[in-house]
Amino acid sequence: MSNLWKISGEGRSAVYLPELDVPETAVPQKLRRKEEPKLPEVAEMDLVRHYTNLSRKNFSIDTHFYPLGSCTMKYNPKVNEVTASLPGFRNAHPYQGDKHSQGAIELLYNLQNQLSAVSGFDETSLQPAAGAQGELTGILMIRKYHKEKGDLELRNKILIPDSAHGTNPATAAMAGFKAVEIPSDDHGNIDLAALKNECDETLAGIMITNPNTLGLFEENIEEVIDAVHAAGGLVYGDGANFNAIMGIVKPGELGFDVMHYNVHKTFTGPHGGGGPGAGPVSAGQLLKDYLPGPIAVKEGEVFHLKQPVKTIGRMKLFYGNFGILVRGYTYISMLGAAGLKDVTENAVLNANYLKALVKDSFPAAYDRSCMHEFVCRGDIAEGIHTLDVAKRLIDYGFHPPTIYFPLIVPEAIMIEPTETESRETIEAFAEALNKIAEEAVNAPELLHNAPASTGLKRLDEAGAVKNPVLRY
Amino acid sequence: MSFISNMKKDRELMLNKIGISSVEELFKDVPAGKRFPEVVMPQALSEPEILQALSRMSAKNASAECYDWFLGGGIYNHFVPSVVGALTSRGEFLTAYTPYQPEVSQGTLEAIFEYQTMISELTGMDVVNASHYDGATALAEAAIMSVRSTRKRNTVVVAPGLHPEYLEVIETYLQGLDIQLTFGEPDDGTAGYIIQNPTFTGEIIDVKAEAEKAHEKGALLIVHTDPIALGILESPGACGADIVTAEGQCLGVGINYGGPLLGIFATTSKHIRKMPGRIIGETIDQCGVKGCVLTFAAREQHIRREKATSNICSNQGLAALSAAIYLAAVGKSGFKKVAELCWHKAHYAAAEIEKLEGFSIKTKGDFFKEFLIETPIPAEKIFGNLKEKYIMAGLPLSRFKDGNSNEMLICVTEVNSRKQIDRLVSALKELIL
Amino acid sequence: MKIDKSAKYCKTHEWVRVEGDLLVYGISDYAQDKIGEVVFVELPEEEEFAKGESFSVVESVKSANDLYIPVSGTVVEVNEALEDDPDLVNSDAFGEGWICKIKASNPSELDELLSAEDYEKMISELD
Repeated sequence: MSNLWKISGEGRSAVYLPELDVPETAVPQKLRRKEEPKLPEVAEMDLVRHYTNLSRKNFSIDTHFYPLGSCTMKYNPKVNEVTASLPGFRNAHPYQGDKHSQGAIELLYNLQNQLSAVSGFDETSLQPAAGAQGELTGILMIRKYHKEKGDLELRNKILIPDSAHGTNPATAAMAGFKAVEIPSDDHGNIDLAALKNECDETLAGIMITNPNTLGLFEENIEEVIDAVHAAGGLVYGDGANFNAIMGIVKPGELGFDVMHYNVHKTFTGPHGGGGPGAGPVSAGQLLKDYLPGPIAVKEGEVFHLKQPVKTIGRMKLFYGNFGILVRGYTYISMLGAAGLKDVTENAVLNANYLKALVKDSFPAAYDRSCMHEFVCRGDIAEGIHTLDVAKRLIDYGFHPPTIYFPLIVPEAIMIEPTETESRETIEAFAEALNKIAEEAVNAPELLHNAPASTGLKRLDEAGAVKNPVLRY
Repeated sequence: MSFISNMKKDRELMLNKIGISSVEELFKDVPAGKRFPEVVMPQALSEPEILQALSRMSAKNASAECYDWFLGGGIYNHFVPSVVGALTSRGEFLTAYTPYQPEVSQGTLEAIFEYQTMISELTGMDVVNASHYDGATALAEAAIMSVRSTRKRNTVVVAPGLHPEYLEVIETYLQGLDIQLTFGEPDDGTAGYIIQNPTFTGEIIDVKAEAEKAHEKGALLIVHTDPIALGILESPGACGADIVTAEGQCLGVGINYGGPLLGIFATTSKHIRKMPGRIIGETIDQCGVKGCVLTFAAREQHIRREKATSNICSNQGLAALSAAIYLAAVGKSGFKKVAELCWHKAHYAAAEIEKLEGFSIKTKGDFFKEFLIETPIPAEKIFGNLKEKYIMAGLPLSRFKDGNSNEMLICVTEVNSRKQIDRLVSALKELIL
Repeated sequence: MKIDKSAKYCKTHEWVRVEGDLLVYGISDYAQDKIGEVVFVELPEEEEFAKGESFSVVESVKSANDLYIPVSGTVVEVNEALEDDPDLVNSDAFGEGWICKIKASNPSELDELLSAEDYEKMISELD
């Protein structure tokens, strides 16, 4: 590790601050900290080298194919970075007043409309900061709806398919609901009989990711939604996989009541090594008045920010991760409706092509045509685990796919190539996977010892918990 | 174009390999009646068109660099060194995912490990997570954590002085949970006691005394603070805080019309298993070489599902990286200097404003960079009038529920020159002449 | 897989063994094998619990497993050695890897637990 403190020297700095130009006011001694924070002290060039060299230890979309399932690691256009740093966006303050923020609010208003148009909902709030916060938003909206109808006491459970992301049950718990797991059937769909069994007077709602985390479109989606509605429950859509259905089907028309998007997945906000994302939420007639806000409205030619009438409240400060929303708006505006449909068609085609290229060495866990991603297994030979396959892919110059998820497929490998990858890249990746399958039989040590090409080998994760070192 | 490289010819070849004749066949699982709906959207724009459209929208907004800027209220106009943007915009940082594969993510992991170290130094706390969405959601999660960390207690008490919109966010987060929110002093049923220091209206409070108050009742002390103030003020850790949250936007993240922000979250080692969010730890590889990994993951949603300490997954990673680079760039002496510049300039401004007929300083006791003034005419009027002179005078409290119309919060940072402060003061003077 | 013939078992893979007027409690060898390297044991509070209450957690890098008290009673002693060496649970699940000692308030509840033979049969059918 390259420790910045080790190259520090007293008094060095990379910032040129103004000199004090007003009379001093003494700081009372009782307020002063006894020990100054030990920050590094380096000159600008050393700082730049340090972080530039650190960055080079990362795989990223800009440097490598990065087929993480359910993460939609598509190319992030550079124009986004230019628009997000326009001064009236980057240096506008949330308290400067609507009158002096007309351009920013107009952008929010237009983006709300774009999202509602492609998803088939009535109203959109851009406030949630990420997918998980979008989920919490939707479930709190469902909660408030039942509360106002007076049956929240009774309706205390949220159904969650066993293929769902961990954020779904964690969200249900944070909103005060009991999470009840629904099994999948042998086609990878929600098990209808099990679902109907839970559709009773205690049902508050269901969280559905469609296509699900197996990359499969729920074949019985309308029946599932009807069953939940008939029992008085509401339907939440987890939009993590929205890249698979733009222009193909509108969740609002399928009967979903509320749904979130991941701007950092579908709409090219950069992932930033973990965030920030943006998780806007759209709702239909039943729930739109419960959206968090403020949201942008237009009266005549003037834009305002307003709280919806029955709002669940503020999910976070201000109007969402605005800088990420600017990027999403840039992208959607450049693509338009036809461009978004192209995105989906190519994403789904790429996934099916890759699935076909590796079908002999890594057969898909479910033998159906997939949407934007597919799931296979990594235990392809005696003594070989998914982790070994994943680490060996690094030696071939590819970031590993998502592994050990979804939980319902043992030794799962979840591959999402996205639409921005070329046919040649997908073929090169498939060739690597097919070679690894041969190595798994003929030279398994290559997999067990992988990665061999990186500065660091496999790390001791148990040691990190037993003897925690959480700072320099 | 949709940033797609495959052309018609590629697609035909691919369809052939899959064994189908058209892309439409891949969507046969979608209900036929709802398949391929019409989507009505404005016509797609080319790159020059979108740049022009957005530049024009941007120009309709006031932006801090064009004004003498004294508007804060939780989001501050601190200087962002050029080097921060230059480094965070590197594709290797910008377009990487959460560092789940440590061998190919050491750049992000080491940088966040540095962030944890620096925030630990600032706050005086042992453990720092890799960030929350903003200061308010960090504080809301701290409130929930206090209930998880204290047995058989479910009340969170908020002391006076908390930012009103932070309170709204906490209320949103608690609405589904069996947690009571009350105001005033902690008692025997209190799990967490929340104080903001400096308060929303700028007052510096005695954190040590508040810590004793909380601990006497067996409650955890949760301190929400301003990171820049920690260049001067005693760290909350040294005063006895159990959980510290802060809005890290001031550490090189920028203003961004209120987002992305940076939710800072820190606690003591004792509470690590109850804390939300990602944590990076140092370990060794098979050859004994040091490296970083995501650790204590068994608390998180992808493993513990409905029993997780939070549902948070994506965080504000790049903003945390900005904060690390900012703190490394200003360095130990520079950080102290930023805080001292804020202190001296704010106190100069307050002293000059207080000399004006009809104006007075309402913040009691000591303040850091922000203070409340009473105005002889409605603050909103002052705001509108000075805006025309390219001075963003401050935050009229009438914008908030129950806010007094003759009160304005004024913030002064290291970027405000004496000339700017003098211009503000003379503009205020002219108003009442 | 080791089995302690003198212990009684829960379907959720915890064991208890009568020692004097106390019950010694831990997780089975089968359970530790499934969990993998134990990195932390959250020891129970020395308090009274009702049968079936969640009172302890065994953690590995990739899992956190809640433990439930098999009989109503009071935890009177916890195995503090696990604080420094949680992997005792891996190396000696029925011995040094014990988790706590319980004073049962209703000893007849013990009869509802599985015998060593029945438990052995149960796990043989699981794999």
